[in-house]
Amino acid sequence: MGERENKGQEARGKGQEERKPKATRDEYGEVLLELGKKRSDIVVLDADLSSSTKTGKFAKAFPDRFFNMGIAEQDMIGTAAGLSLAGKVPFASTFAVFETGRAWDQIRLTVCYSNTNVKLVATHGGITVGEDGASHQALEDISLMRSLPNMTVIVPADATETASVINTVSEYKGPVYVRLGRAKVPYVMPDDYRFRIGNAFTFHVGKDVNIIAAGITVATAIKAAEILKKDGIDTGVINMSTIKPLDEKTLLSVARSSKLIITAEEHSIIGGLGGAVCEFLSENHPVPVKRIGIRDTFGCSGNPDDLLKIHGLTPEDMVRTVRKAISLI
Amino acid sequence: MSVITKGKVSDVDKLKDIAKKVRINILHMLTKAGSGHTGGSLSAVDVAVAIYFSRMNFNPDDPYWKDRDRFILSKGHAAPLLYAIMAEAGYFPIDVLNNLRKIESPLQGHPCCKSLPGIEVSTGSLGQGLSVANGMALGLRLDNNPARVYCIMGDGEIQEGQVWEAAMTAAHYKIDNLCAVVDSNGLQIDGPVQKVMGIAPIHDKWSAFGWHVIDVDGHNMKDILGALDASEKTKGRPTVLIANTTKGKGVSFFEDKVEYHGITPTPEEYEKAVKEIHNG
Ligand SMILES: Cc1ncc(C[n+]2csc(CCOP(=O)(O)OP(=O)(O)O)c2C)c(N)n1
Ligand SMILES: [Mg+2]
Repeated sequence: MGERENKGQEARGKGQEERKPKATRDEYGEVLLELGKKRSDIVVLDADLSSSTKTGKFAKAFPDRFFNMGIAEQDMIGTAAGLSLAGKVPFASTFAVFETGRAWDQIRLTVCYSNTNVKLVATHGGITVGEDGASHQALEDISLMRSLPNMTVIVPADATETASVINTVSEYKGPVYVRLGRAKVPYVMPDDYRFRIGNAFTFHVGKDVNIIAAGITVATAIKAAEILKKDGIDTGVINMSTIKPLDEKTLLSVARSSKLIITAEEHSIIGGLGGAVCEFLSENHPVPVKRIGIRDTFGCSGNPDDLLKIHGLTPEDMVRTVRKAISLI
Repeated sequence: MSVITKGKVSDVDKLKDIAKKVRINILHMLTKAGSGHTGGSLSAVDVAVAIYFSRMNFNPDDPYWKDRDRFILSKGHAAPLLYAIMAEAGYFPIDVLNNLRKIESPLQGHPCCKSLPGIEVSTGSLGQGLSVANGMALGLRLDNNPARVYCIMGDGEIQEGQVWEAAMTAAHYKIDNLCAVVDSNGLQIDGPVQKVMGIAPIHDKWSAFGWHVIDVDGHNMKDILGALDASEKTKGRPTVLIANTTKGKGVSFFEDKVEYHGITPTPEEYEKAVKEIHNG
């Protein structure tokens, strides 16, 4: 694991609170366009969702390097693998459900086993997809991708991190899965933040409890930690944006400094961030872990805020969960 | 650099001799391994030999040479065919064939591009090779690279939906630096293709998907070479050869037998088979 220049920074980055929330998919579309201007080896594939995944911006600017594959995700993955084998750096995008579920065996064989340089950047991860309901809400994608050898799995917390992630993975050689969201999310990362694969970002290490979060739950955890602080519960927040490979060093040091770990994700509690953290800690430094996430169920229609409420993913829910977990140890 | 250039072997008799050698090596390694796919390896020998040795530019000393033509064995269970051809082409010493399917061998049960350079992409889960071939062909075209891509599929394999997604893609993007082959041996694991899940009419299906379709006797070298010539001249659309073949071709007691999809020869059968191939 490389140096951890981000470690120890306290609270939110300067000026972030004033900026309007932005969807990570919107940032992706813009960064991809810029990458396309700089590098002729970048090619983009989509499966009839380029207006939603925001790859449409790249498509408009570079029609020769954009391949709409139609509603054919399996073929999209294979074609992306082929393009990478011809020396291109393909970004293949669609909704997370279809990207990881419909084309899992294709990802397994032609991306991971063949170790091709394919960037799978999926949007519409999690329940904040909202009104489209369960068929479109990927709650198992991280689990599906994490179990594949050679795969790197990244879940950016905000637009700032998304930009850095996309630029970073464009230079990394090998299979990558990046999970983005549909809904707007507040800025949480410092302006000068630079993402590194496998390096968690520590907002604060808590003496009582530490929340390991990824994606939209990072902002939630920050709010929850503020509330808990007022109650005298020193709560740390770590953005574990790389879910694979896990930042084991940070995780270990955080686990050593508090008696309770909370994981928080907009994903099933099975096989995602919570699963990864439990697997590592149970073998290396057993401490109580409470997983916050979708509790082995499908989503449903509704606006994102209502969905977060019914799945217990608001800051207030998180506070309640932390208090209860503390009372049990 | 020992680039093997196009048209290196254009002599039909020489190609036939290579095909015989390849058949014998397939049987040899399968007998040694004691497991593997006999029928489908033998049925595609003539087409694969014609493609590799009469058409393709490649360099065994520099397997990732960027101007090489690409060959994808989408029906990955015919791996012994690919290995026999690669040995013949000089990618590795012939005795490596003895290690088929053995622990830590580069010759995995199904082709693995990470364990054996010269294999373009790992296959084995059917229905995926044509998509990868399309991607390679598109990438080469973006670079104005004149290299061509070849992809061999099974006739049972084309029951996979992804094959038809890829068929659409190749026609949509007018991929003409690609030549696909359907090894139409009429059999799959559970029986005749038409009985398991009918795919006829194969020719009309590909044609309806916008391909230049050429029916060819998949064991007639001259016929195959003619079809490959035609595919190179086809512009603005992809070409597919429907190679009419016999599963187990070259060994009378394996020919057209469903059960010899995944059964290997006994040492006695091997001796008999080699004699037949020599005389055939
Ligand atoms: C996706 C997938 N499903 C099932 C199999 C198992 N399988 C291996 S070979 C085969 C039959 C292939 O038949 P065909 O394509 O006609 O090949 P050939 O007759 O040339 O051997 C099957 C079902 C597989 N390898 N991949
Ligand atoms: Mg067959």
